[in-house]
Amino acid sequence: MPELVTTTKVNTLPKTNDFVIKFANVNGSGSASANNMFAKAIFRMGIPVSPHNIFPSNIQGLPTWYEVRVSDKNYLGRREGIDLMVAMNEQTIQSDINSVIPGGFVLYDSSKPLSEGLIREDVHYLPIPLKDICLTEFEKPSQRQLFKNIVYVGALAAFIDIDFNVLTEMVSDQFRGKEKLIAPNIHALELGYQFARENFTCPLPLTLERRDLTSDKILMDGNTAIGLGCVYGGATVASWYPLTPSTSVVDAFDKYCKRLRKDPKNGKNKFSVVQAEDELAAIGMAIGAGWNGARAFTASSGPGVSLMQEFLGLAYFSEVPVVLFDIQRVGPSTGMPTRTQQGDLLTCAYASHGDTKQILLFPSTPKECFEFAADSFDIADRLQTPVIVLSDLELGMNEQICDPLNWDDDRQYDRGKILNEQQLDEIEKYGRYQDIDGDGIPYRTYPGTHPSKGSYFTRGSSHDANAAYTEDGDIYAEIMDRISLKFKTALNYIPEPEISSLGSNTRGVIYLGTTTSAIKETLDNLQKKGISLDTMRLRGFPFHESVRDFINEHEIVYVIEQNRDAQLKSLLKIECNASEEQMFSILSYNGVLITAQQIEKEILDSLSTSNNAGEISA
Amino acid sequence: MSYIRKPKFQHPDLQPNALGFTRRDYEGTLTTLCGGCGHDSISAAIIQAAADMSLEPHRVAKISGIGCSSKIPSYFLSKSHGFNSVHGRMPSVATGANLANKNLHYIGISGDGDSASIGLGQFCHIVRRRINMLYIVANNGTYGLTKGQLSATADLGSITKAGDESLYDNIDMASLAIELGASFVARSFSGDKQQLIPLIQAGLTHKGFAFIDVVSPCVTFNNTDLSAHGYKNTWENYVSLGQIDFVPMREEITTSYSAGKDKEITLHDGSVIHLHKTDANYDPSNKENAINHINTHKKNGEIATGLLYIDQSMADFHELQDTVDKSLNELNSSELCPGNEALQNINQTFK
Repeated sequence: MPELVTTTKVNTLPKTNDFVIKFANVNGSGSASANNMFAKAIFRMGIPVSPHNIFPSNIQGLPTWYEVRVSDKNYLGRREGIDLMVAMNEQTIQSDINSVIPGGFVLYDSSKPLSEGLIREDVHYLPIPLKDICLTEFEKPSQRQLFKNIVYVGALAAFIDIDFNVLTEMVSDQFRGKEKLIAPNIHALELGYQFARENFTCPLPLTLERRDLTSDKILMDGNTAIGLGCVYGGATVASWYPLTPSTSVVDAFDKYCKRLRKDPKNGKNKFSVVQAEDELAAIGMAIGAGWNGARAFTASSGPGVSLMQEFLGLAYFSEVPVVLFDIQRVGPSTGMPTRTQQGDLLTCAYASHGDTKQILLFPSTPKECFEFAADSFDIADRLQTPVIVLSDLELGMNEQICDPLNWDDDRQYDRGKILNEQQLDEIEKYGRYQDIDGDGIPYRTYPGTHPSKGSYFTRGSSHDANAAYTEDGDIYAEIMDRISLKFKTALNYIPEPEISSLGSNTRGVIYLGTTTSAIKETLDNLQKKGISLDTMRLRGFPFHESVRDFINEHEIVYVIEQNRDAQLKSLLKIECNASEEQMFSILSYNGVLITAQQIEKEILDSLSTSNNAGEISA
Repeated sequence: MSYIRKPKFQHPDLQPNALGFTRRDYEGTLTTLCGGCGHDSISAAIIQAAADMSLEPHRVAKISGIGCSSKIPSYFLSKSHGFNSVHGRMPSVATGANLANKNLHYIGISGDGDSASIGLGQFCHIVRRRINMLYIVANNGTYGLTKGQLSATADLGSITKAGDESLYDNIDMASLAIELGASFVARSFSGDKQQLIPLIQAGLTHKGFAFIDVVSPCVTFNNTDLSAHGYKNTWENYVSLGQIDFVPMREEITTSYSAGKDKEITLHDGSVIHLHKTDANYDPSNKENAINHINTHKKNGEIATGLLYIDQSMADFHELQDTVDKSLNELNSSELCPGNEALQNINQTFK
């Protein structure tokens, strides 16, 4: 019989489908799949859920956390304040227990008694002798370790009312083809479940109730969605260098290509994945392939994007399509490789030396990752320039609820302005960089197209409209101006911002990417306090005229972003002439996803200190 | 010279090749390199090689990095697409281009600064990947465009025009290429067209990664009596494996060869390389032998040239990657996009 350490003197308000459970584990202890199973079971019960991995840059031994937010209201951002902590890591147990809210719960392995310093009067303890149970029940040393995780999931099923059938179905799904593993896993779940039922009052005041809020949704991570988007968008060449948190983009592309891109006749590959020697080679290969008419991409993160700068300038100036997925992590330098940030905005917007500008896309959901990935190849081909899709670790590596992916079978790829042999025959003189249509986009040809027409020399050195080398400053300036014009034309192909405006508000918020996860909750909470805000979610760069309009239509715009230097605010000031007085920055750069609570607090603080707070429209 | 347009005049006696093209059809723009630069002889050799073997000019892609060497692609095959990329990064651009379309000929032109210093990493990896292409290093032991600094291929003790002495041992690109798994490795001299032209033809025909290290003197900065890469030293210490002939697949073999001293290598398309008066003990299919040969001559202050190594059994990159026969850039949306039904099935696995 386990010792119940203490009974709290603080009341626990019952919560249904609205709480945060956090797992504190040791990296490499096999907790990830058990924790994933826990989150997915909630999803399968029809309840919105959002898991967040907070993991170390390490293979084994360092602390790792898995935070699961459950929310009927679809508040799927992070929330501080843990309702139930599964405290499995002795290195961090002190701070893990401290992060539990008064009246919350701590599940721990009671095979060893909890030291007194870890006992709080205001939380409930759920001691389960996980190690001892596994020692008795399982023979193999590896199973004794791994199944501790499954046993606590079983216990949680009793504590918060997870449908046990959902769990057993998931085990069967997970081990399809390895049937021998199904029975011991289910046994481990049952051990935890029984122990909890026999020793505690179950369920706790934190309970799940079945809903039907997820049956038309999927639970997917952004990198998988990007990989799929590249398959659907017609990418044939992926060249890359492994770098957290971008690695799983190419992993997913490779996996789905092997499944979907084999020639049915002979099993040969209609794709090529090359692991390059570094990021310079990775983007160099993608540019070489793009120049030669294949849809090509690379995926990386901050350190790799820094290395790619020179090549990005080459592709910009010599007008070669290429797609780069930047799954941002915390910089500068190596920074925190396994934490999230929106810190590459400026470095990407003007990547490379000299006058440059790059096309950026900002997805905020896995579905958008899929769509933007597929679209990015059309945009790159159409505009003959790099397209950088800016995701981040939070979106890339965490599963998120989103609408199912969809593809219009009538869609044809937009390969842009390419002249084939017949078209070359019909024109008198071909010039690679001539602006025939007045939209700044010239016509290109692929090597090998025509025996005598259409060849040209691609170079990063200054060239004239016929691609010949020149050091004539006026001709150089003409080419640079024509490329500027191309970036105006680009607005026809870049997704518009998503604006929600009442027309009467004097205040608005601007944000992009994963910040989106906190916005609905923030707005709802502020609404309850009588404050309403217009919103604009940016989806691409260069900015549309509507971005400038939105800023001009509001007295104050809160620019919410996840970096120290307010990079998005700077970009808006440079590109939209926005004034500093008008812009109020809300910043988060501690490496974890920004919360609605922080945003709400900073907005409220700004209002209480503002002299004209009375003007806020309610 | 760069301001002069190249005249389009063709001498009426120029003989057309099997495709009906004359040598003029393989030329490029007028050179902007210094008069007497070895690199111009390399351009001329490529022009002659391509014309003689009736290569379709538009089925060639020329790719280079940055430096004097990397200007060379402008001066030959103006009907081919060219790509003058980033310093030291030609190998990656060439790899990508080759991935997109395996059905073209690729000529990569680089220099010793480009391939042995800033781009040594990319050089090593393109060799490992066995990209089917001809890779030429125009090797002059110096940085010409920045006015004569020593490069990593400058021999120990070599002295530039400015009087700078190379304090470090050189990187030998040919033995490095053999070591890393190149399946065709040769060295030549820009001044020896008799040898260079057939080597270029053989390299272009060889299926796999063909590398030619061409000693190509820099007349302006590294051509003194004390510079190892100068004309004087190269002529004096030049050791050739013997005369070489390339007979394209479609031509009849007419020359007669002396038995015992000659070797014949048939390439994958039926073309033949003849090695005349070669040391009977030299076996170009023996890797260790080839490296020893280079090192032995190096010790004597000599430059080993000729077809040093060839292995025709290696799979090239596309064979290793098992790509479809059609080039990847020709696949259309119906061949590439799996369609919505497949996507809906994928959605189900994320439920």
